[in-house]
Amino acid sequence: MAEKSTAGSNNSTGSNSKDEKTKFKSLTIEGTKYRTLLSGKFENRKKWENPDINKIYSFIPGTVLKIYVKAGQTVKEGQNMLVLEAMKMQNRIQIPFNGKIKGVYVKEGDKIPKGSLMVEFEPPEV
Amino acid sequence: MPLKRKILELKKRREQVLQGGGEKAIEKQAAMGKLTARERIIALLDKDSFQEYDLFVEHEARDFDMDKKVLHGDGVIIGTGTIYGAPICVFAQDFTVAGGSLGLMHARKITKIMDHALKMRMPLIGINDSGGARIQEGVNSLAGYGEIFFRNTLSSGVIPQISVILGPCAGGAVYSPALTDFVFVVDRISKMFITGPEVIRTVLGEEITMEDLGGARVHSEITGNAHFFAESETECFEQIKKLITFIPWNNKQKAKAFKPKNPKSSYKIDDIVPGDPKQPYDVRNVLRAICDDSDFFEIQEHWAGNMVIGFGRLQGETVGFVCNQPLVLAGVLDVDSSDKAARFIRYCDAFNIPIVTLVDLPGYLPGVDQEHAGVIRHGAKILYAYSEATVPKITVILRKAYGGGYIAMNSRHLRADFVFAWPGAEIAVMGPEGAANIIFRKEILEAKDPEKMRKQKVKEYKQKFANPYVAAAKGYVDSVIEPSETRKVLLHAIEVSVSKSVSGPNKKHGIPPF
Repeated sequence: MAEKSTAGSNNSTGSNSKDEKTKFKSLTIEGTKYRTLLSGKFENRKKWENPDINKIYSFIPGTVLKIYVKAGQTVKEGQNMLVLEAMKMQNRIQIPFNGKIKGVYVKEGDKIPKGSLMVEFEPPEV
Repeated sequence: MPLKRKILELKKRREQVLQGGGEKAIEKQAAMGKLTARERIIALLDKDSFQEYDLFVEHEARDFDMDKKVLHGDGVIIGTGTIYGAPICVFAQDFTVAGGSLGLMHARKITKIMDHALKMRMPLIGINDSGGARIQEGVNSLAGYGEIFFRNTLSSGVIPQISVILGPCAGGAVYSPALTDFVFVVDRISKMFITGPEVIRTVLGEEITMEDLGGARVHSEITGNAHFFAESETECFEQIKKLITFIPWNNKQKAKAFKPKNPKSSYKIDDIVPGDPKQPYDVRNVLRAICDDSDFFEIQEHWAGNMVIGFGRLQGETVGFVCNQPLVLAGVLDVDSSDKAARFIRYCDAFNIPIVTLVDLPGYLPGVDQEHAGVIRHGAKILYAYSEATVPKITVILRKAYGGGYIAMNSRHLRADFVFAWPGAEIAVMGPEGAANIIFRKEILEAKDPEKMRKQKVKEYKQKFANPYVAAAKGYVDSVIEPSETRKVLLHAIEVSVSKSVSGPNKKHGIPPF
């Protein structure tokens, strides 16, 4: 009973299947390449991306209640940018630094998931 | 009224309550592929061993017309019984009665049997099948959950606590199972989540089924919340019964010894581990070559497969095994495998089960996701758990033991009682390739043929350091043994550790990196 591999659809840890040989991959640890199976969780992990400070993403899923800015507008740090209602709390999102708005990608009333691009700034002139 | 008639009245009252939520609700339960609460208890316990309590408990709710509603047993069954003769306290939520919802009296029944289990120092099994809090009872229902969580914590490490999820278990209710030692789930029947699909849909606009959000497979493969996965309730009960045979009734006892049996001769220990440290193999076959009757009972089989944990027996005595698994992710340590091993080590330590550690790992898994997921904090749990454990701790280094991984996997330095190594063991600060690249960086860069020089230096390093003898010369390894001697050596090590006694400095409790 303990040896039976049943829930293996997502996490290839079974040891008996014939097609296992084809599933072997290589994994490099400290310069050495090891032959091994990869777990589903490892293969589906999120790749790291460098954050772009000019893009403002939602930090929590919620509803956009109010938008105070529009594309092309010059804005100052601390100004209201928008209100994002989440978990029964109206979160006031403020302008993080002085700059110019390149685009607003949400509308009032939009329901957005976590990590949605809401507002983008023009890159600062050097 | 003569006694005979009173007895008849009792029978009548019993019959009424035993109907649970009535025929229709029972039919509905069956249509979902589920047994009733009572059928489950009967299937789990030894034949005719169940004694029920609080059959006639009634709720006291008045609001929302609740005073007009009769809820038999208030939606939960409690009692005592035995599994293979071991005394067991059990509760089973009855989904046919008001969806198994938890009200004040329902919770009081559960806490009553929990108190009994703790007082009598016997294992507790909770079968969860409930829609959640009984909203009509308001804060009383929340109080009920809190009382259960408190008792789960109080009993933790004193009596074994087992949770069986045989239906929905949502919202606050999930925290009782999470506080217990082992969680059992059944495919397509178990559902666990904090916020359900409905809430996620309203708040996020994301559509997800209960199964994909918190079904048995999710918790067995992705979250690690569940320890045992079964295809059917029957298989689940067999798993629970088997687990009960491996563990003691409480923390003052040892697990019951079984009749010793030799491993099956089909597992040839000399042929399992390839000589080349880059080649994979299934460490569970090493365990089957060592354990009595080749029986290894794996825990969390489908989650963090790069670490294998579970119970086996050596000469009839229960042993907890913690092993790197080169078959999956080369056996690296990472966030999940550290959590998995650390919790199991603490379980074994709490319940007087000796720990045998089989080592073969290249180190920690590199990656931004790992670092940002807190592999430092999670990895520290293994160090903490091994250092803190005072049960007999025996290590066998099968092949690679590099760097921080060597230290973490119950090294002498964390107070292993015995450290054995196979002749192919490589105990070194890192793998030969990595080490040679650093130590001989200059020579390699300045060589006419850098690649040739690199290969030569790797070879030199391998010959000098990739063996068990450098560590053995320092006494970090007690004996270098032949693979075929492993079982004999382990039996001996456990035999001479039975009266182990160590104590640390006085403290209220440590502060493990939870």
